[in-house]
Amino acid sequence: MPQTDGLSAQELMRSKDAGSERRSTVLTRFWSQRQAKVGVILTAIVVLFAFVGPFLLPWLTGYSATEFAARPFQSDGLFGTDNLGRDVWSRFLAGGLNLIIFSVLATLVGLVLGIAFGMTAAYAGGWLDSLIMRANDVLLAVPQLVVALLAVTVLGPQPWVLVIVIGVTHAPRIARVARSAALNVINEDYIRAAEMYAMPRARILAREIMPNITGPMAVEAGLRLTYSIGAIASLSFLGLGMQPPAADWGLMINENRIALSLEPAGVLLPVLAIALLTIGTNLIADSIAHASANTNAGGQ
Amino acid sequence: MAKARQQQTVSSRSGGTAWHARVAGDEHILEVDHLTISATATGRPVVTDVNLDLKAREILALVGESGSGKTTVGLSILGHIRSGLMHSGGTVTLYASHSEEPAEMMSLDDASRRHLLGTRVSYIPQDPALSLNPGIRVGKQIREVLDIHEYGSSDAERAERVRSVLREVGLPDDDAYQRRWPHQLSGGQQQRIGIAMAFAMYPDVIVLDEPTTGLDVTTQEQVLETIREMTVTNNVAGLYITHDLAVVSEIADRVAVMLRGEIVEIGPTDQVLRQPQHEYTRRLLAAVPDLAGRNQIGKLHKMDAQTTEFLTGEIAVLSEEETTRTAARRAVTSEGVALSVRDLSLAYGTTPVLRGVNLDIQAGECTLLLGQSGSGKTTLARSIAGLLGDYTGSVEYRGEALAKSTRHRTREQRGQIQYIFQSPFSSLNPRRTLGQSLRVPLEMSGELSASDQRARVRDALDAVQLGRQFYDRRPGDLSGGERQRAAIARALVNTPSVLVCDEITSALDVSVQASIISLLHTLQSERGLAMLFVTHNIALARHIASRVAVLNKGVIVDDGPVDDVLDHPTHEYTRELLANIPTL
Repeated sequence: MPQTDGLSAQELMRSKDAGSERRSTVLTRFWSQRQAKVGVILTAIVVLFAFVGPFLLPWLTGYSATEFAARPFQSDGLFGTDNLGRDVWSRFLAGGLNLIIFSVLATLVGLVLGIAFGMTAAYAGGWLDSLIMRANDVLLAVPQLVVALLAVTVLGPQPWVLVIVIGVTHAPRIARVARSAALNVINEDYIRAAEMYAMPRARILAREIMPNITGPMAVEAGLRLTYSIGAIASLSFLGLGMQPPAADWGLMINENRIALSLEPAGVLLPVLAIALLTIGTNLIADSIAHASANTNAGGQ
Repeated sequence: MAKARQQQTVSSRSGGTAWHARVAGDEHILEVDHLTISATATGRPVVTDVNLDLKAREILALVGESGSGKTTVGLSILGHIRSGLMHSGGTVTLYASHSEEPAEMMSLDDASRRHLLGTRVSYIPQDPALSLNPGIRVGKQIREVLDIHEYGSSDAERAERVRSVLREVGLPDDDAYQRRWPHQLSGGQQQRIGIAMAFAMYPDVIVLDEPTTGLDVTTQEQVLETIREMTVTNNVAGLYITHDLAVVSEIADRVAVMLRGEIVEIGPTDQVLRQPQHEYTRRLLAAVPDLAGRNQIGKLHKMDAQTTEFLTGEIAVLSEEETTRTAARRAVTSEGVALSVRDLSLAYGTTPVLRGVNLDIQAGECTLLLGQSGSGKTTLARSIAGLLGDYTGSVEYRGEALAKSTRHRTREQRGQIQYIFQSPFSSLNPRRTLGQSLRVPLEMSGELSASDQRARVRDALDAVQLGRQFYDRRPGDLSGGERQRAAIARALVNTPSVLVCDEITSALDVSVQASIISLLHTLQSERGLAMLFVTHNIALARHIASRVAVLNKGVIVDDGPVDDVLDHPTHEYTRELLANIPTL
């Protein structure tokens, strides 16, 4: 038998780590998926249009009668003019910014509320858990758009109402996911350890539990962002979001749909943009789910 | 029709005159030849050039620590390569009893391999509770194996085989027993069902992957006997994968020792365990705790310079301060009871877990709390640590009754009594650096400034021989042993006087266990800690403790100095434990 020299305890211990040397991070695993790249590219294109577009307007977007490019349904400009003679391309370039900002804000509102309630329910358990989750079930029973319609009718079609209403209606769904993710974490011994050292409960939630549920929550955020975009665009389409004469994709679809045969770009451009954006964010959410699925946070 | 006939022959030992000749001639039934298995991603070998052979009526033990590749080799005998790995050289040849031709497991197509699995080659997994389907009655689960592989020719024949194999593994064979669900059986009985399933088709080769790890010693003893008997009477060649050298000496005829994917030593059990040739085997054997305490695993290493410096540095600081606290601590460390448990009872629902436990932990002394699974030892340890608030009775620290939950204890009490968790894979938050995790006790006691806290944590990391450079690393980068050292460091930052260690070495390999025990020794002697070392492994007693308390079904049945309890056990339960413990 060959003699192995220098077989120190440290070396032996190190040999046990050998397999973990090439550890891939969530980010590299995310980027290695084709659908992730497609999702990021689609989202980036639409976001770029929405953010840079307002600086490159060939015409004003039509807040007053003097800014109109031409008479209705002329072929002036890149994509012609709409029913009021406003330049379609300009309105398209200017119409995405609000949608994206409001969707992101609404998603954030939903995440903050949902994670806070979900984690609290999971960690507290008992009657508080039951109370939060049953209240959740009641909210889940009411369709999102119906609540939004009601709120907008009562409070008026203002941006903050949109953001809050969409955010709040997301919260119960996010709370369910946050609760189940947190339930996996709270049985870990490091939570027991934090309790043993009498760490305040709010700090246990924020420092010990929350960082360990970021994976599922990132997936949920991507998914909810997709829904937010859809919901806000729908409300604008129904006339309950952005109000005329503002340039907005949802609103544009509504305004131009009667003239679909005369001026198809007025409908198709915003439809295409919203479709690409939702598909893109959805692909990203899916890819995050795949990438974080095999990160067992505490595992060997 | 042709397929059915082929299966029929696979499922019985009819066609194998070659096999009978090999069994009679004591030749190899299975040969692993220069087997190499690599990781698909990196191409780096996980198992390198492994040569093994199995004979009928013989058990070869494959020994190694976690990550040594022993399970990978075991699964390759079933022709299975885990995902992420690939076969990159060598052969696994099975001389099975159903045909004259040897089968090449690595190159066999899926269909023919499936016919061989469960019939000619079978597998007994580690955890019986996970491997049995909880929704199928146990008799049916055995019967299923026979049905799939079309055993015999009639229903009656299969039903008879289920009964006979149940009898062979020492279980009742009546219908009432067969109609039980897995959850109605004990762990040992569940594993016997697993063994019965594996032996039902009269296999030629059987792979056992740590089948007794989850069982307590008395059950383990009986299951090992069953396995041994089944292997010999059925002319089976067994491969027993384990990390437990004591079990090896009980069951194996030959031993192969694996290190980093290579077999470093192979030979008859007696020879390998008595006269190990390879340095690694010697180290492994030296790290195994023995009941007699001959190995002295706790005293393997001397402290390194850094540790000594840290400890002497701290003692100097304390003597300068001359506070009443230090004076009080000195008085306690010299003699007396640091912690006492009085009439402690606790029930989960209506099930009593602890029934009036009385226990004294002497200052500066290590008490071993011994108990099998379900004895309530973790419940007791957690009650002392203040993690469980609903017990009756009391825990007294220096004569003062402690509040039941840590939240209601004083800072002083919280700092003085520290608890270390069993699994280092669960006790450290994977998203926070060691520094952040280890500062928590200090932040919560709120006595030191931020920079003092950091300094104290770095010193503690040195004291557990990890080194201060681990401050900014996360648990994911660390091995199990390193994580457990970090967890010990967290318990030390508050300079406690009582340390409750709950099975802190049971998730670790023996060599790592030895180094942790040695660390505890060092810490205990330098700091005069009172320790409660909770374990199921009685063999550790002489290596770590000066007193032993035996917990059985929520009651302390034996309590006293180590030698008294181990040499003259007063209680029947302790005697039984000592009789069944596997030794080298």
